[in-house]
Amino acid sequence: MASLRDIKKRIDSTSKMKKITKAMEMVSASKMNKAEQNAKSFVPYSEKMQEVVASIAKHTDATHPMLQSREVKKVGYIAITADSGLAGAYNANILRKLNNTIQENHTSTDEYTVIAIGRMAVDFCKKRGLPVARSITGLPDQPSFANVKDLASETVQMFTDEEIDKLVIIYNHYVSAISQVVTTNQLLPIEAVDTTTGTSSQYEYEPSEEQILEVLLPQYAESLIYGALLDAKASEHAARMTAMRSASDNASDLIDGLTLSFNRARQAAITQEITEIIGGASALE
Amino acid sequence: MTSLGGVTLKTLTVSVVTPDGPVLEDTYEMVSLKAENGELGILPGHIPLVAPLAISAVRLKRDSGEEKLAINGGFLEVRPEKVTILAQSAEKPQDIDVNRAEAAKKRAEDRLQSKDDHIDRLRAELALRRATNRLDVAQTR
Repeated sequence: MASLRDIKKRIDSTSKMKKITKAMEMVSASKMNKAEQNAKSFVPYSEKMQEVVASIAKHTDATHPMLQSREVKKVGYIAITADSGLAGAYNANILRKLNNTIQENHTSTDEYTVIAIGRMAVDFCKKRGLPVARSITGLPDQPSFANVKDLASETVQMFTDEEIDKLVIIYNHYVSAISQVVTTNQLLPIEAVDTTTGTSSQYEYEPSEEQILEVLLPQYAESLIYGALLDAKASEHAARMTAMRSASDNASDLIDGLTLSFNRARQAAITQEITEIIGGASALE
Repeated sequence: MTSLGGVTLKTLTVSVVTPDGPVLEDTYEMVSLKAENGELGILPGHIPLVAPLAISAVRLKRDSGEEKLAINGGFLEVRPEKVTILAQSAEKPQDIDVNRAEAAKKRAEDRLQSKDDHIDRLRAELALRRATNRLDVAQTR
C-alpha cells in the first residue's frame, strides 16, 4: 500500500490538474459562444450568395467551368483541423476520414493533393508522405474572412487552372455543443445549387450572365470554404470543451478514490499505533 | 418613405453584407457606385439587376446627408425597393485603419516599382487599389 505521503502528493497534483482542465473548459466555452455567433453572422452573406447563384442558374443557360464536371484526374482535399490537440477525437476523426477516403479512391499520390488547414493536418500529411499543395497554420480562434482569403482564392484558382478537377472539403460540422459530425462535401464543380431558393424575379445582368458567373462563382466557392472553417472552429471549441469537461470529471473521480484510500491508510496507521501502545502497556503489567 | 415639405420621397432599403457579418442596413434615397463597367446610380423603382462591383467607394444619399463605404470585391443585387451589396469587405470611414492602409499602399508601390520578375504584379496592383480606395474614403470622415 502506498504511503500516506505518496497518496497526499497524488491528490495534490491531481487537483492542480483539475484546476487547469476546468479553466480550459471555461475558456473553450466562451470561445465556442463567440465562434457560434461568427458562424451565425456569416449566414446572411451565404444565403444571399446562394440565392443569386441559384437564380442565375435557374433563369439562364449560361455555363461556366465551375458548374460542369470534367474528367477527374486529380482531386484536391481540404482538411480542416485544429492547431493543437486536447480536443478529444476532433482531429483524429478528420484525419481518419481523410486517410480512408484517399485509400478508397486513389492508388497513387499523383491522383490527389491535400490542402491542409491547421497544424495537425500539416503534420499528419508530412508524417504519412501525402502531397500537400497549400497549407495554413496559426489561424486565430475567431478567424475573419481576410485570414483565409488567400488560401481560399489560391485553392479555387487551382481548380480554374485545371490543376485539380474536383475539390472536396472534410471538416467537423457543428451540430450542438456535445455533438459534431465529420462532414465531406464536394465544393467544386458546384453540383447541386438549390434552385428552389432563387427568387422568381428576372434580373438584368450587367454586363452579361457569363461575366457575372465569372466573378460570382469563385467568390461563392471561397465563401463556402470560409463557411466550413467557421463551422469547424465552433466544433473545435465545442470538442475541446467536452474533452476538458470529461478530463475534469475524471480528475474528480480520481481524487475521490485517492481520498478514500488516504483515509483508509490514515485509519490503518492510527489503528496500528493504538495496537502498539496497548501491546506496550500490557507488556508492562 | 420620408416626407419632405409635403412631397413624399421614395426610398430604398440598402443592406451591405460581408462574410464577417452585416455592415449596414438602412433606407436611402439614392445609391451611387461603380460597377465593373461604369458608374451606376440607383433610385427607387430600379429594374432588378445584378452587377459586379469595382474596388471603389459606394455613396449612399438621403436628405440628412451622404455616407460612404469602401467596398472590395463584391457585387450588387437590385430589386425595386431593395439594394443588396455583397462584398468581401465593406468599411465605414470611421472603421478604416488609416495607418494600415498607408502601409499597405507603400508596400504595394514598392513591389510595383521593383524590377524583380517574381512578384505578382496583378496582386500588387489590386492591393494598391484597395489601399487607395480605403484612404480616399477615410478622408471624407
